[in-house]
Amino acid sequence: MALKSIRQALNEGLAQEMRRDPRVVVIGEDVAGGAGSQGQRDAYGGVLGVTKGLFGEFGESRVIDTPITESAIMGAAAGAAVTGLRPVAELMFCDFLGVCFDQILNQAAKFRYMFGGKAKTPLVIRTMIGAGRSAAAQHSQSLYHIFTSVPGLKCVVPSNAYDAKGLLIQAIRDDDPVIFCEHKLMYDLRTEVPDEPYTIPFGEANIVRDGDDVTVVALARMVHYAGEAIDTLAKEGIECELIDPRTTSPLDEETILESVERTGRLVVVDEATPRCSMAADIAALVADKAFAFLKAPVKRVTAPHTPVPFAPSLEKLYIPSPERIAEAVRKVHGYAR
Amino acid sequence: MQLSREELLKAYRDMATIRQFEERVQDEFSKGGIPGFVHLYAGEEASAVGVCMHLGPQDQVASTHRGHGHSIAKGCDPALMMQELFARKTGLCGGKGGSMHIADLDRGMLGANGIVGGGPPLVVGAALTAKTLGRNTVAVSFTGDGGSNQGTTFEAMNMAVVLKLPAIFVFENNQYGEGTAFEYAVGSRDIAGRAAGFGLPAVKVNGDDFFEVHEAAREAVERARTGGGPSAIEVDTCRFYGHHSGDAQLYRAKDEVRSLREDRDCLKHFRRRVGEAGLLDGAELDRVESEVAALIDHAVEVARAAPPPDSEALLRDVYVSY
Repeated sequence: MALKSIRQALNEGLAQEMRRDPRVVVIGEDVAGGAGSQGQRDAYGGVLGVTKGLFGEFGESRVIDTPITESAIMGAAAGAAVTGLRPVAELMFCDFLGVCFDQILNQAAKFRYMFGGKAKTPLVIRTMIGAGRSAAAQHSQSLYHIFTSVPGLKCVVPSNAYDAKGLLIQAIRDDDPVIFCEHKLMYDLRTEVPDEPYTIPFGEANIVRDGDDVTVVALARMVHYAGEAIDTLAKEGIECELIDPRTTSPLDEETILESVERTGRLVVVDEATPRCSMAADIAALVADKAFAFLKAPVKRVTAPHTPVPFAPSLEKLYIPSPERIAEAVRKVHGYAR
Repeated sequence: MQLSREELLKAYRDMATIRQFEERVQDEFSKGGIPGFVHLYAGEEASAVGVCMHLGPQDQVASTHRGHGHSIAKGCDPALMMQELFARKTGLCGGKGGSMHIADLDRGMLGANGIVGGGPPLVVGAALTAKTLGRNTVAVSFTGDGGSNQGTTFEAMNMAVVLKLPAIFVFENNQYGEGTAFEYAVGSRDIAGRAAGFGLPAVKVNGDDFFEVHEAAREAVERARTGGGPSAIEVDTCRFYGHHSGDAQLYRAKDEVRSLREDRDCLKHFRRRVGEAGLLDGAELDRVESEVAALIDHAVEVARAAPPPDSEALLRDVYVSY
């Protein structure tokens, strides 16, 4: 199997689905780029090159450059989805959710329920998350918990190229609105990815590593940071089970609960802010449904309750580090009543 | 309107400061001294300076991601700006905002903005404050051709008209929203005309010509200050760099930037105009350029030497402390 980056895996998945189904269209700002200019078309292929080359194969009727106009993009994609297209719309940075949330929150997410089950809204919104690039307060947030909290939306947060491709194809074939969160620092991360199309079902966590001492649940880039911490801890004799939920909505509760029932100890790692977060959500789930198995308090390792700072030195403190994760695991592991 | 010698020198100094600041930022960014992203304003100087020359420190401006020029024209200290870009504790925002969020409320600079179309509604608010508190101040939003398409911008213009506010919407049409051409993205290809549709007196000016911008802004500011309500100005301009520093700019025609620098340089136009009119001579303007160069050198030197923010700054200022 070939090694592919997340960028390549997403690009390949998009192209394969567009070949399979003529109703699949890509729409967003500079998804091709160069429209109306004297220079090249497909000048960008998305700001980080994920949709590069699709314009050449599928043309401007299916790779649709828009003005910078997030409300109209999200609304148009929702309207197109409910009337027969299967749009993959791009919200360049998840922070831009602030501009266009109505079309996602009150429109796309609600159609099916509000219309008595008569509507299908096969919409995918691809969006970039994550800090670590000194992109500051309005281009660095991880807002998957906001999407996750909205009934009617599904939310995908992949951590590697294999999952990214399989989950994206699943998202495109899904008949509900799916928010697909891509971490901006992970596009070049490579794993083995099959050339052929395949799907990964939503709501099935990936057990990244087995271990019986402490359960660690992590998402996106934090899966890798948790992995680093777990390597260190293994040398100290602490064996962790690392779970990557892959989708936050639906959430694979069973895998998390089964693991905690065995280990009795849980650390949740989340790059997002701590209040009303996935870390809080998973901690509450375990407190509710696996309380009797817990041998130690649940620990959450998250960003602080602050906007994302610009200065690299502060941003480094903002993002949960392998050291902080390891420290939390040690605390949980060494906890005695 | 005839400008005095001092005013002409100030205009040139501000434009030269912006130009040299941006050229230097490009250089320092390429060398890795500046983290994150920078969006450079070089080529558009006549717009910021032509408008802001009519404004005092009590007047407010809201800017875009391409905000260095507006900040300098509004009186922000380039040295403190440079320190901010270098992510220093001593920067304008303590190193916590960076290029895209540079702000100086004491000078009426409400911030660069990471959100396209984020500024115009804020300017409606600033104008509302002015009107409600009976201040004789105005508020100006600088928005690009890209931002001219945002719903927030349309809503802001309409509300400014409805409430008859001292707001001015300046649309800097630099021909591209990121990598997409104005011709494609602005359906009517007429930003001023669209503003007029909202009921705003709207004009289109040549952004290569400082004097044209200056005159249009004078009328708009006077209208706003005398209770005549909001206006819009579309400035036809160009950017000498990409959307952001590091943009490969494949959407540009070959040699496009070179010919823009030759034919559409607002500083060159200014020099020619004041030279031909016998108002200022080349030697005077060269002297300004050298003074500015020394200022920018100093700004970079200070920025390099300044310390990063203290780690406690991470948790500070999420809320007001009592």
